[in-house]
Amino acid sequence: MGGDFSPGTRVRVREDFPLGHIRTPVYMRGKEGVVTRRLGRFPNPETLAIGRDGLPRKVLYEVRFRQADLWPDYAGGPADTVDADIYEHWLEQI
Amino acid sequence: MLAHGHDHDDHAPVEEDAKVHSYYWLLGIAVKELLIEKGIVTPDEIRRAIEFRDSITPATGAAIVARAWTDSAFKQRLLTDGSEAIGEFGLNMGGTHLVVVENTPDVHNMIVCTLCSCYPRNVLGLPPAWYKNREYRARAVREPRRVLAEFGLEVPEEVEVRVHDSTADMRYLVLPMRPAGTEKLDASELAEIVTRDCMIGVAVPKAP
Repeated sequence: MGGDFSPGTRVRVREDFPLGHIRTPVYMRGKEGVVTRRLGRFPNPETLAIGRDGLPRKVLYEVRFRQADLWPDYAGGPADTVDADIYEHWLEQI
Repeated sequence: MLAHGHDHDDHAPVEEDAKVHSYYWLLGIAVKELLIEKGIVTPDEIRRAIEFRDSITPATGAAIVARAWTDSAFKQRLLTDGSEAIGEFGLNMGGTHLVVVENTPDVHNMIVCTLCSCYPRNVLGLPPAWYKNREYRARAVREPRRVLAEFGLEVPEEVEVRVHDSTADMRYLVLPMRPAGTEKLDASELAEIVTRDCMIGVAVPKAP
């Protein structure tokens, strides 16, 4: 968890359901995707939301998911994808 | 009925009834009044902030797109670092970052924020009501092609539909493809065909 993922790395979103202000959509939890870019370090929204300083900053990654991996019955094109921005502590290397 | 000579039933009420204003609306007013009373902000600063917000419209984004279509060096800067590049228009992203995603013959981009209503307000202004409603937010990632079809856009199956879910501090803007038949148009004429929906990715520009 929280490794330094270079673009192209396959990752899985933690399948976890903590309470609080979580910016990782539930429909992605436990799903596999590929890191497409490293977006920088940002204050952690989960602690910012409860009046703390958001430190230490978390690395934010853009992760690309195949629609077919998100929704087994996806009816669109086979190449369709969803990109989302996910903080490092929500990603596990596969 | 018709007490003063005309019927009021044919349009929506002109002003909302103050009695139905929500808890959060009242909370906003209360906080604003407290901030003014304590001298933290002035009413003039609040008014100017609202005027600034209202001054940003989709025309702002359209000018950026038209410049990218007519100036390849600018387009490169825009795709490399959107926040930096819009500085050339006197704009900045405040606390967020602009990521510009380019439509190509192989990829059609579409923007949503499933968690709330993140939107590139500093280049497009305020989001349309449909962008914030639950139906668009849920369906854009679940069945984007059906949503696009409802907007009148059929994307060929071999083209990848890439939905960007704005989950963090990045704000996304779609750079549409310049349509054929616009070779003779200058940047200001091009900007006129770039609508808000084209930059959200639920439509594509058409030659005039």
